[in-house]
Order: sequence, then structure tokens, then C-alpha cells
Amino acid sequence: MMCRTGRESGPYGADHENREEAPAAAFAALLEDSAEELYENAPCGYLSTLMDGTVAKVNATLLDWLGLERGAVVGRMRFTDLLTVGGRLYHETHFAPLLRMRGEIGGIALEMKRSDGGRMPVLVSSVVKRGDGGDPLLIRTTVFDARDRRAYEEELLLARRTAEQARRQAEADRARLQEALAVLQRSLLPDVLPTIPGLETAAHYRTASPDRLGGDFYDVFPLDGKRWAFFLGDVCGKGPEAAAVTSLTRYTLRTAALHDPDPTAVLTTLNKVLHERYTAGDPRYCTVVFGIVEPDGETGRADVRLASGGHPPALVLRADGHVGRLPTPGGLLVGILPTAPFAVATTTLDPGDTLLLHTDGLTEARTGRDRTTLYGDEALLAFAADHAGEPPDALIKALSRLLDGFGDGLDDDTALLALGVPARPAPGSTTKNTA
Amino acid sequence: MDIERRNNVTVAGNPRGRTVVLAHGFGCDQNMWRLTVPALARDHRVVLFDYVGSGRSDPSAFSEERYGSLEGYARDVVEVCEALDLRDAVFVGHSVSAMTGVLAADAAPERIGALVMVAPSPRYVDDEGYRGGFSREDIDELLASLESNYLGWSSATAPMIMGNPERPELGEELTNSFCATDPDMARVFARTTFLSDSRDDLKKVTVPTLVLECAQDVVAPREVGAFVHRAIPGSTLVTLDATGHCPHLSAPEATNEAITGFLAGLR
Repeated sequence: MMCRTGRESGPYGADHENREEAPAAAFAALLEDSAEELYENAPCGYLSTLMDGTVAKVNATLLDWLGLERGAVVGRMRFTDLLTVGGRLYHETHFAPLLRMRGEIGGIALEMKRSDGGRMPVLVSSVVKRGDGGDPLLIRTTVFDARDRRAYEEELLLARRTAEQARRQAEADRARLQEALAVLQRSLLPDVLPTIPGLETAAHYRTASPDRLGGDFYDVFPLDGKRWAFFLGDVCGKGPEAAAVTSLTRYTLRTAALHDPDPTAVLTTLNKVLHERYTAGDPRYCTVVFGIVEPDGETGRADVRLASGGHPPALVLRADGHVGRLPTPGGLLVGILPTAPFAVATTTLDPGDTLLLHTDGLTEARTGRDRTTLYGDEALLAFAADHAGEPPDALIKALSRLLDGFGDGLDDDTALLALGVPARPAPGSTTKNTA
Repeated sequence: MDIERRNNVTVAGNPRGRTVVLAHGFGCDQNMWRLTVPALARDHRVVLFDYVGSGRSDPSAFSEERYGSLEGYARDVVEVCEALDLRDAVFVGHSVSAMTGVLAADAAPERIGALVMVAPSPRYVDDEGYRGGFSREDIDELLASLESNYLGWSSATAPMIMGNPERPELGEELTNSFCATDPDMARVFARTTFLSDSRDDLKKVTVPTLVLECAQDVVAPREVGAFVHRAIPGSTLVTLDATGHCPHLSAPEATNEAITGFLAGLR
């Protein structure tokens, strides 16, 4: 604030003399405004109480606000008598202890009772006046009208509650959505792999993000008493649309295999279904390996016949440490053309041999310090060579640790499926699903 | 869990004396006993603590479920007693804490051998044939009052609660912040306190008990002190010539005298 003191010529030209009179009159009024007058009619309430709260002095402003007569208050009421019950409790549990401790307290929001039954929001500050010996004599209190402030605060409180409510709702929605996604995701994968006599199986599935449904899938299921079907694939895209295609793909493969388990026939059926279903406007397709495995209890070997539609070739890990691809050249993406050729490959697994299927999330993981190099097929081949001869469970665990090591370099979902003949044929078989 | 850290336990006084546990009520923390500790320290070992959710307790230990009932606070008392392996201690509880002490003494009789109830109230809300002093609406008004004050306090008190070891005036800072609690936790404590009804629990008291009431207490009126005294057979009732709900602050000499007198009379 700017205060003009004394005589000082301003830039007012001719008005100069007239303007001199107003401050003079104001000064005169100020001189007549005694301390007592200021106390009584100050724009805030004043109150002095004894240490037990008994009101010893109160100004006209406060009496006027509360609609009380001086005679009814001074010596007759305590400060807490002027407060609403809630304010009184707050006074006793917070205000009074703090004032006792510190000798002063400021800006406490309380409500005072008015004689007409209304209430008046106020801000209260108090100090303890001490005698020469330091002993407390009385409490001086200033009361500010806080009606406007309280109205504003209530708006703030309301806004905060609304925001808080919205936040909780959003968090609950998000949790529910994640749970729904997780359930849906699990429905696209088998809970456990079936037990296959003379064969060991293991699988692993890793989503790149818990918020997103993945597009990778795999399954193993019995065809008749002797043969089992298996498949692993990758639907183009992610999210709910991809999940819908995954679901359709998975059930189509299983149903088709029951009619005619020949891998080419199964993939041809899937190609028809996907192509018809999604050809209009939004083409959806997948890459997939579908195969049949037939373990022979007598020889301890297993014959594999598989077909691939545009999927990375399966790896065969031999017990002797040799690792090779099972090439399926020329197989086309499934669902993209009305008719598509699919390449077939066969192999025989001897004891200790393992067949490994994977999706490209593994080979396309970004590696290196700057995360720009892709892991690649050759690196996978070398990794597999180090683990040749290990049972499927150990192989999948090793690959899972490899995925861990990629950290945030893993952009895409990854599915792994391994089928192996036990090194020493044992009665029954073991099955493990590490997904 | 480190209970002593969780409840900000401090131990003072004469290590060879009988242990006195001082428990604060709703609103503030163990600093409420600042004027009481010196009077007890010569002959007694004095244990102070903050309930979880108050003072400098560990806020991460708070749960709305546990501290939504007085039993939760009583568990704090028992756990503090266990952590220090107290036996036959004298429990001094202010306001709602007096009832917490009753529950704790019942749950762990070997730990607590006597009770001092300072301005106790087993029920704050009026009931048929019982005057607690408040209506349900009054309590809602207090909760609103809490809320409007925290709105004004939060930014100012947050730095104090956080603490600042470089500041030399740490003692002063303590007293500045001692009524500043997390508003959500304070609301739970307020609800638990003012909506509790522990009248039936008074029957369980079997230890020597001193009931200290104030002549003029707007929180616990005289009827309540008389009720507590009647409900606990053999209890001693002392009416302090004090106003307000915190005689240990407003009339410390008289309060200390009553407590030390009671302690001296215990075997």
C-alpha cells in the first residue's frame, strides 16, 4: 500500500489546494479514533478470557455478530460457551492443548453460535498474556469473520471429494479391466498341458504388457489313443481384436483336427475360416505351426509331422548336441488368401531329442546396450545348442531366464512350446507347464 | 515389526521405579504429558508413546480396519507393553485412552496392575438413562470441524511433520506439530473415539483404579465421572478444580499431586 505523509506536491496542477483538505480531515478523524473506539468497533471480534475461559472483556463487533448482550457474556460465559458443540470438542482436543503448549495459536477455523440459532464460521487466533513472573494471566483472542472463506473452502472440499471419488473409481475400473484381461488371456492358453506317455512337454508364455492382450497362442491335445496334436502361433496385432482372432484360431484348430488331423488339412480349414471371417475391410491373419506327434512306446521314439503357415521354423535339439531347423519353406500366412499352400516337414525324435516351437517375440527382442540389435535366429540357434540334450522343462526354464535378461527389450509377446522324448524311457511321463 | 519405532516409544525417569505408561487421547500426542513427566520421573520409570495415526508414529502401520475400533488402540498398548516386557505397570490414560487402558488391562492382566483414568468417558453420545454430553449430530459437527481445519493446516504443518534435523529448535518444532495428524487418520480416531460405547467394559476392571475428573469439563461432564466411578467397584474418584478436558495441562500441579498420591498408595 502507498501512504502519503506530510505535504508533498504531486502532479496535480490546479487541483493541488483542494486535495490538501481531505487528508487533513482524515487525520483529524484518526486522532479522535481512540484506542477504545478502535477496540470496540474494529472489523474483527476481540475477546479476553481468564485462564479458565471465563470471558472478561469482549468488543461490540463480536457481540453484534453473535447477537449477544455484554451483560450476558462478561463474567457469565466461557469462551467455549460461544462455540458450537463441534467447535467446542475441537477446542478441547486441539485448540486448548496447543495454546497451553505454545502460548499462542493462530488461524483456527471454528464456528460460533449466534443468539438467533444461526452459526458463524470464524477464524480464531489466541495468545496467552503472562505476568511479570511468567505466569499466565489471561488469553487474548481475535475472531475474524470467515463466512466467505468457509463457503470457498466448502467448494474446495467438495471438489477434492469429487476428485478423490473419481480417482478411486478410475482405479477400481482399471483393476477390474486388468483382471478381465488376465482372465481372457488365460482363456486363450491351456491351464496345463496334457500328460503324454513317452513324451515330456513344457511351455511358457510371456506378455509384453499386462494392459494388453497378447496375440500368441499354443496348445497340446489328444487326438486318439496314440497321437497328440500341438500348435503354436502368432496372430497379427495385439489387443482385443487380436485376442478375438486368437480365440477363433484356437478353437478352429482343435475342431478341424478332430475331423482330419492331417496338418495341411487343418491349416487349410483355418485359412478358410480366417479369410471368410475377416476379409471384409479388416483383414486378420496369423502364422502358425500345427503338428502331430506319435510316441512309440516300443522304440522310445516319437514321430513328428507338422505344417507351417508363415511361422518361424521349429528347432530340433538332438541329444548329441546337434541343433537344426525343421524347414517348412513356402508356407503362407494363414487367412490372407482364399487358398494357400502349406509346407509340411517330418522328423523323428530319439530319446533325449526335443522339438522347440517359438514365436518371433523371442528372436525380435531388442538387445545390446542401446537396445537396437535384434536377438536373432542365429543367437537362438547357438543358445539352443548349449541346452541340447536337456529335457523340455529345463530348456524352457533356460529360455525363460533368457527372456528375463531382455528386460524392456522385449516388445512383443512370446510363446514357447517344447516336446521331448525322455533320454531314458521311463514308464509314464512328466509334464510341466511353466507359463 | 519394531513396535518401539512404530509407536514412537520414549522411556524416561527412574529405571528402578515402577513403570507408569502415559497414553494420550484423541487430538494430540505424547507431548500432552510434558508437564506430568517431571513429577513422576524421580520415583518411576515413565513410558510414553504415540498411538499409530498420531504424533510421530509410523503412518504406514495405520489401517482403517484396525483403528476403527478401540480394540485396535488397545492392541497398540498391549504391544508396547510386550515390546518393553512391562509387568504390573500403571497405565495412565487421558480421555478415550482411559477406556483403551481398560481394554488393554483386560487383554493382558499381567502387564497392567493399576489404572489412572484422566477425564475418562466410556460413551460420549447421550443414551437412554445416560448423559454423555453429546448428540450424534454434535459428533458429525466435530468431524466437519476437523476437516475445515486440516484444509487450512495441511500446507503449513506438512513441513513440520516431515521434520528437519538441521533445525536446532527441534523441541519447539515438536510442540508445534503435536496436534498435526494425517487428516484421514484423525478422522478415523475421532469416529472411533466419539462413537464408542465401552460402558460394559468398565465391569472388567479388577485393578486399583483412580478416576480423575475436572470440575468443569465440556467433553466429559460430571455425570460421566460419577458413572465411571460407580461402575468400577473400589475405584477412587478425585474431582480436580480445573476447567477443560486436559487437567494435565490446565491444572498440572493438582493433577500430578492426585496421580503421585495414588501411586504412593499402591503396594
